[in-house]
This record gives sequence, C-alpha cells and structure tokens, in this order.
Amino acid sequence: MKQNTEEQSKSENLASNGLVVRLGERQLVSVPDEALSPADEAIYNNIVVSTLNAVYNWGRRNSLWPVGMGLACCAIEFIGTQASRYDLARFGSEAVRPSPRQSDLMIVSGTVTKKMAPVLRRIYDQMAEPRYVIAMGACACSGGPFVGSYNVVMGVDEILPVDVYVPGCPPRPEALIEGIMAMQRKIDKQRVLLQYVRGDK
Amino acid sequence: MTAIRSLVSPRLDVKSLPQAISESIVRVVESDPPMIYVIPDRLVEVCRSLKETVGLEFDYLIDVTSADYLDQLEVVYHLHSVPRGHALTLKVELDREEASVPSVTGIWRGADFQEREVYDLMGITFTGHPNLKRILLYDEFVGHPLRKDFALPKEDISSQIG
Repeated sequence: MKQNTEEQSKSENLASNGLVVRLGERQLVSVPDEALSPADEAIYNNIVVSTLNAVYNWGRRNSLWPVGMGLACCAIEFIGTQASRYDLARFGSEAVRPSPRQSDLMIVSGTVTKKMAPVLRRIYDQMAEPRYVIAMGACACSGGPFVGSYNVVMGVDEILPVDVYVPGCPPRPEALIEGIMAMQRKIDKQRVLLQYVRGDK
Repeated sequence: MTAIRSLVSPRLDVKSLPQAISESIVRVVESDPPMIYVIPDRLVEVCRSLKETVGLEFDYLIDVTSADYLDQLEVVYHLHSVPRGHALTLKVELDREEASVPSVTGIWRGADFQEREVYDLMGITFTGHPNLKRILLYDEFVGHPLRKDFALPKEDISSQIG
C-alpha cells in the first residue's frame, strides 16, 4: 500500500515534468532510477515505451492526406468539409494533394463513369502504400441513381478496394467526417508486424 | 423605360428573309424565337447568308442539339445575333437510317464540339467536320445511346442489378 502511494506520487511528479506519454489507449510511465548519472538520466528522459502498432497507427491515422478526386457534386460537399466551417484539419486530413505520390487516402467523391474508371485506377495504383479508399456518396458506393446507365460504373468497388462507404446524395460534411473517423478507427486496428511477416493487407 | 425596352429582344420577321434563304425553307413554325425547317443539303448556304446578310447578322451559334422522333431525326441550331439582339431556331429533318448533314464549323467555329457531341450520342454524321469522333463516351463504345431504340446489352443490365 505504502509502495503504491510512493509510486503514485513519483508518477505524478514525472507527469508534471512531462514524462508521462499517452499513445493509443495506453498510459506509459517511465521511471528513472534514483542513482542515474546525469547523462543516463538524459537518455532515460527521452525514451518512451510503447508498441510498434500504437506508434505506427497513431502517425498514420492522424495525417491522412487525401488525393483530390472530386468527380461530381459530392466534391462540393468535400470542399465544404475541408474548409473553415467544418475544418477537416481537426482530423489531420485537410491537406488535399494534387499528386497521388504524396497522398495515402483517396476520397472518391462523385460519379465514376466508364471513361474515368481507368484513370481512377491508375491514380490509385500510383499512390504509395499504405493507401486507403473512402467511397463518398451513393454514386461511388453503388452507382446510386444511375442504375441502368450506359456510362456509369456501378460503384467504385468494381475497380478498386474500398475501406469505408459513406452513403448519402450527397452526404453532409458531418457524414464525411464520420467516415474519416471510421477510417481512423480501422487504421488503429492494423497490426504492423503481422502485415510484414504474413504480407497481410 | 429605356432600361425595360432593352430587356425585350427584337423579334425577327421570318417573312422578310432574303430569297436565298426563303427558297431553302421547308416550313416555318410561329414561335418565339421563330423556327424554320431547312433542306439539309442547303444548310451551309442558308447559315452563311444568315450570318453575313446585313440586318440578320447571326454571329452567335448558341448550341447544336438533336432530337429523335422515331420516324425521323432532327438537328436543332439555336442562333442569336449580338448586334441585332434577335434570335432564330433552325432545324433540319433527317432520315434515321442515313442521318447525315453538312457541318457548319466553317461558319461558326464553336460548332466543332457541339457537332461531335451530337455525333457521339445520336449518331448523326456531319460531313466536312474537321475532327468527327466521340467526345463524351470512350472510343470503344458501341452504338449511340440517346437514340430511342438504343438498349443496353442484357448482361450489362443484369450485372448492374445483381
């Protein structure tokens, strides 16, 4: 009991010195030894114990840079989400890149026509892994109102793997933000090492 | 009062058209703007006089579009005159099987993409067009989808619904 309170006061002390680090769901406390030399203590103060998954996924999920893929009216809603009123920067996704090489998220916002489909697939192939896809709106999810059309692909999942579907015509910015948060929750569940050992996607 | 008058477009009197145009007219429909049906073979001459005759001066081709009436096809030209302020709808009737009409790209350069769109979706050939190929659909597409008798292949429909 006495030991517990001692440790508690110690960790509180460390917390006030900025040594308690929260990553993912875990609270990590590093406790330096009493008899450390100043050099050793400096090293100690710069070490965080965590898991590879927590660090990797924390970094990935909080800076999802989307590639600009506005194909129809949903793009206007996406622009609204990204602008000041809904402020997508709060979720780290506001930096829409004009190049697939610099992005890791593709938000397919709009109708995918058969003429655009090969272009879309090519841009997806040019994105560096890990890469994710959100299908935004009824058209990108399933073809939406264009069933029976001669020129519309019945959902972007016919040409590339989709992680999150956001329904709506068009979805409100709140719905898209929920979709991005669902994407973040999904990324949080990734197991980095298994991915490399087993080649999982 | 002058401000209000300037909003009302002057109306073109079809009866006062020069003979070079009126002898090529199939029939006239009273509407606003007035509508004339023209013999397809005479289209280029008619359009050139509409553009160049002093007093008509149709220098602006608003759009080229088309309609399918099952027994025939129609190409529709909406004309407007910027200096005179009047407008005219010009139509040609075409046979469904051999739908072909002279191109007016030599008169109004803006007809280029419009005629390509009509060719792409309605399958009407514009003779004399400098670059007549599909503009909206992909090159491998078979058929012209805005024709009334166009139907998707059955396997396409079932795969879309299933």
